Amino acid sequence: MSSAYRLPHATCIDYTKPLRFTFDGKSYQGFHGDTVASALLAQGVHLMGRSFKYHRPRGVMAAGAEEPNALLDVSRGGGRSVPNLRATQVELYDGLVVKSQNRFPSLRFDVGAINDLLAPLFGAGFYYKTFMGPRKAWAHLYEPVIRHAAGLGHAPSKPDPDTYANQFAHCDVLIVGGGAAGLAAALSAGRSGARVIVADEQAQWGGGLLAERGVEIDGQPVQAWLAQTVRALQAMPHVRLLSRTTAFGYFQQNFIGLVERLTDHLAHPPQGQPRERLWQVRAKRVILATGAIERPLVFSGNDRPGVMLAGAARQFLNRYGALVGKSVLVFTADDAAYQAAIDLAQAGATVMAIVDLRENPQGPGIEAARALSLPVLTSHVVIETFGRLRINAAALGRIGPDGDVTPVKIEQCDALLMSGGFTPSVHLFSQSRGKLHYDADRQIFVPGISAQQECSIGAAKGTFALQESVQEGFAAGAEAAEQAGFKSQTIAPSRVRHDVPSCAGFSGAVPRPKGQRAGKAFVDFQNDVKVTDIISATQEGFKSIEHVKRYTTTGMATDQGKTSNMNALAVAADALGRTIPDVGLTTFRMPYTPVTFGSIAGLARGDLFDPVRKTPIHGWAQHHGALFEDVGLWKRAHYFPQKGESLHQAVLRECRTVRSKAGLFDASTLGKIEIVGPDAAEFLNRLYTNAWSKLAVGRCRYGVMLNEQGFVMDDGVIGRLADERFHVTTTTTGAPRVLAHMEDYLQTEFPELDVWLTSTTEQWAVIAVQGPLARQILQPFVTDIDLSPDAMPHMSVRTGHICGVETRLFRVSFTGELGFEVNVPSGQGRMVWEALWAEAEKHGACAYGTEAMHVLRAEKGFIIVGQDTDGTVTPADLGMDWVIGQTKPDFVGKRSLVRADMRKADRPQFVGLQTHDPHFVPDEGAQVVAVAEPATGSAALGFVTSAYDSATLGRSIALALVANGRARKGETVYLTRLDGQALPATIVDPVFYDKEGARLHA
Amino acid sequence: MLLIDCPHCGPRPELEFRYGGEAHVARPAEPATVDDAQWMAFLYLRSNPKGLHFERWRHMSGCGRFFNCARDTVSDKILKTYPAGQARPSLEALGLAPVDHEVRA
Ligand SMILES: [Zn+2]
Repeated sequence: MSSAYRLPHATCIDYTKPLRFTFDGKSYQGFHGDTVASALLAQGVHLMGRSFKYHRPRGVMAAGAEEPNALLDVSRGGGRSVPNLRATQVELYDGLVVKSQNRFPSLRFDVGAINDLLAPLFGAGFYYKTFMGPRKAWAHLYEPVIRHAAGLGHAPSKPDPDTYANQFAHCDVLIVGGGAAGLAAALSAGRSGARVIVADEQAQWGGGLLAERGVEIDGQPVQAWLAQTVRALQAMPHVRLLSRTTAFGYFQQNFIGLVERLTDHLAHPPQGQPRERLWQVRAKRVILATGAIERPLVFSGNDRPGVMLAGAARQFLNRYGALVGKSVLVFTADDAAYQAAIDLAQAGATVMAIVDLRENPQGPGIEAARALSLPVLTSHVVIETFGRLRINAAALGRIGPDGDVTPVKIEQCDALLMSGGFTPSVHLFSQSRGKLHYDADRQIFVPGISAQQECSIGAAKGTFALQESVQEGFAAGAEAAEQAGFKSQTIAPSRVRHDVPSCAGFSGAVPRPKGQRAGKAFVDFQNDVKVTDIISATQEGFKSIEHVKRYTTTGMATDQGKTSNMNALAVAADALGRTIPDVGLTTFRMPYTPVTFGSIAGLARGDLFDPVRKTPIHGWAQHHGALFEDVGLWKRAHYFPQKGESLHQAVLRECRTVRSKAGLFDASTLGKIEIVGPDAAEFLNRLYTNAWSKLAVGRCRYGVMLNEQGFVMDDGVIGRLADERFHVTTTTTGAPRVLAHMEDYLQTEFPELDVWLTSTTEQWAVIAVQGPLARQILQPFVTDIDLSPDAMPHMSVRTGHICGVETRLFRVSFTGELGFEVNVPSGQGRMVWEALWAEAEKHGACAYGTEAMHVLRAEKGFIIVGQDTDGTVTPADLGMDWVIGQTKPDFVGKRSLVRADMRKADRPQFVGLQTHDPHFVPDEGAQVVAVAEPATGSAALGFVTSAYDSATLGRSIALALVANGRARKGETVYLTRLDGQALPATIVDPVFYDKEGARLHA
Repeated sequence: MLLIDCPHCGPRPELEFRYGGEAHVARPAEPATVDDAQWMAFLYLRSNPKGLHFERWRHMSGCGRFFNCARDTVSDKILKTYPAGQARPSLEALGLAPVDHEVRA
């Protein structure tokens, strides 16, 4: 393979380590240190992508994170696939496989390029104007076709096999950017002894310095100064240097998100090595040395492969030894491009002309170019470019004294280097909520007033000269260290020679001959936004730059307008006849460059996404074939199917068995809170609706908890174990909420109460034994508690022993049958369960799951908070006025219950529903309506909250909240179904079974 | 993520805390005696300022205690944290000029 464009000297290339990689299936050579972009350019390949909307052929335009065109897909197999990577940032390794995107069937011949001919149809707001309807076209036409034709890369379809690490860190000084300014700051901060972290997105330290050749710092060649500075930092144990690390977000209180890429550059990542590490850094002081990004010039054909930023061409040459062309044309409004022209000329390229927009540019760069006899055309512009897959010529024009442009000639070239000056990278500064300042002379935004403990230095601050950048770095590092409490030393100012800094620039569309349309003059390359799109947006009435952005899509997507924002703003300002600061800047959003989901998720994936809570009886249930359901974080046994049984069959059997014999149910997940102290009863009086003072020791009561708004938030049985000790139970998922609610009132409203609250959910395993035979099953194991109905009536609690183990034994029932709930210490839960199970089996009892539990309680009209209530339901709505302690002066929520809205007649009320078809089980959530075919827009009466097929009743049952429902008993209503029908039902009492409660008291 | 200085434990990441709404909204001592409008205001009306805000936090995964915090809702700067029950600090104590911030009584 010829390497006519590869030169033998470069700062980042190891010429002793050749590598092979493939691009779109074709094999290429490169070297260790190359990026995909530099290696392809060194082989003469510029065409690396097709544009987003028009599928125009695109080459690489930049050399770093700002690259908008050359987006690649890197696949390593086995689910390792990443789209939209910038070719300028993908490091080469042996065997790397990359593909171009957004083309079909190939990059050189792409049928989508027809869009380019249809460009007038695809202008600003195309999507909004075209895809208005009809609705069905979305699913069948627009969505699939647009997805295929437009858009960038394809998201990977398999689970990501890699692991990602997560690290929290604190430091005194965080420096973002490892160029001249950042390294100088690190050196002075580091010498003070401060803990310093320096992050840079590149593999090598030095930033822009890596592309410098002739510059001297303090008498040393620039590369020697750089190497010495990095060595000095590496020798400081309290300085952490993070390369390949992007600071992507700047949050409150100097909290910065960094992503460190650990393995993407390796041919064979070590087994078990995380792919990336997310750093969450809290810094006392932050120094932003993020550099600046060169602006493209906006002229027709500025997106043709071979047209690139002048600074990028210089980086490819000096860092990677890749010559971007042999006959180059330079188009500039800034001095820095002259250095690029000089470097390329000295590397053997022919500079066809330096076309300068300015009338009379002066300075060392211009002088040096003239000294080398490079042709300089001042007051000239490029007005068009030519070539299909690569530029081969450009038309030049001269700007007359009146500003008119006259075409003058066509110049042959194989590369066009452009420079509109540099835009400081203020992304992180802006994310930190700092205020930007508009520098009208230079037409750039620079950091203004800081909002956090932060300062910007170097090119990020608009300081483009190397000498001042380094000095700002030394000063900022010392100052930050002092502010963080360290004593710093002054570092003597550096002397820099032979630097050609950026000192001017241009934004917006460059002048063109009168009458010539703006043509294909691109502003935002990644989103295919042209000058004409922005102008038409302003003509259609969009005046705010934020609106122009969304309407035209300029500055959106993964690129976030790194190369385009200032040009878009200038074009919009010009079209609106306003100044740039008046039109304003769009918000800089994080992330600076795209961040993988993996790094954000870290270890919180799969089994580690959430903790799993299992009861002490879980293993037994598993062994006995239970299927589990998730209830909060808990795994609960849903049902215990016997051979061949469906859910429905199993639940019918479990319910029948409990009602006819008995069943064992694992209720360990119930929330449990122990309330202890002299004021325990008074505390309960204030937190629950019921009265607690007179509850005798050894008795229980069903309690309802309201929030201050008067709505039911939880319920449960509370037992009094001693004068000053209560055992409170809560719903399974409500336990943390209830405890937090209690703590809130105890700490902030009733601090005078002497009460202690302790969560005991995990301390007790709970075995519910329910059914007519419950007492027989328990009896053999309980030695010191009299279980007889007179000694231990319904709603009582006893302490004693079961199977020799301490127990709190409740006589309570959520099934309507004779029932007990056996609390034993968690560690003994399974042992006791197994003992009870052995006995239960003798009596023909079953183990039942949560589904049967739900059916059994619904037959009794017992509510489940959160299923039959939704946060807007009062005790009165539920027909539970009896839980209100009317004589209590106050409890949380009491005052709200007498507000007018709470007493309206048409409030939803809890009722039962009897469907006319006994086999019809309505959907939970089905609307309850007054007529079978309600008029469109009419309100429903309410909705179904619970519905089951009841084995006990031999038919379906349902519970519902219905407006003024209790007064409607006997009325026929209709229950909606997803198929559009509504079927009739009669409103009935919510208690379907054993209304007198005789079975409970057995 | 905020760094919050628990008055009982010291500075900890926001992950350990739960937000608790506006501070110094006292529950009426005798709710039965307040009229509907006053009760509605207690339940629902909050100052929601752009700027200085007094708010409650709970150190959920630490000492478990509720405390109060003066935070600027624009800059997210935390000016002061102090135990529940303490009076609202004055603007001077927060280092603020009275003209910049109007405190809702
Ligand atoms: Zn604490």
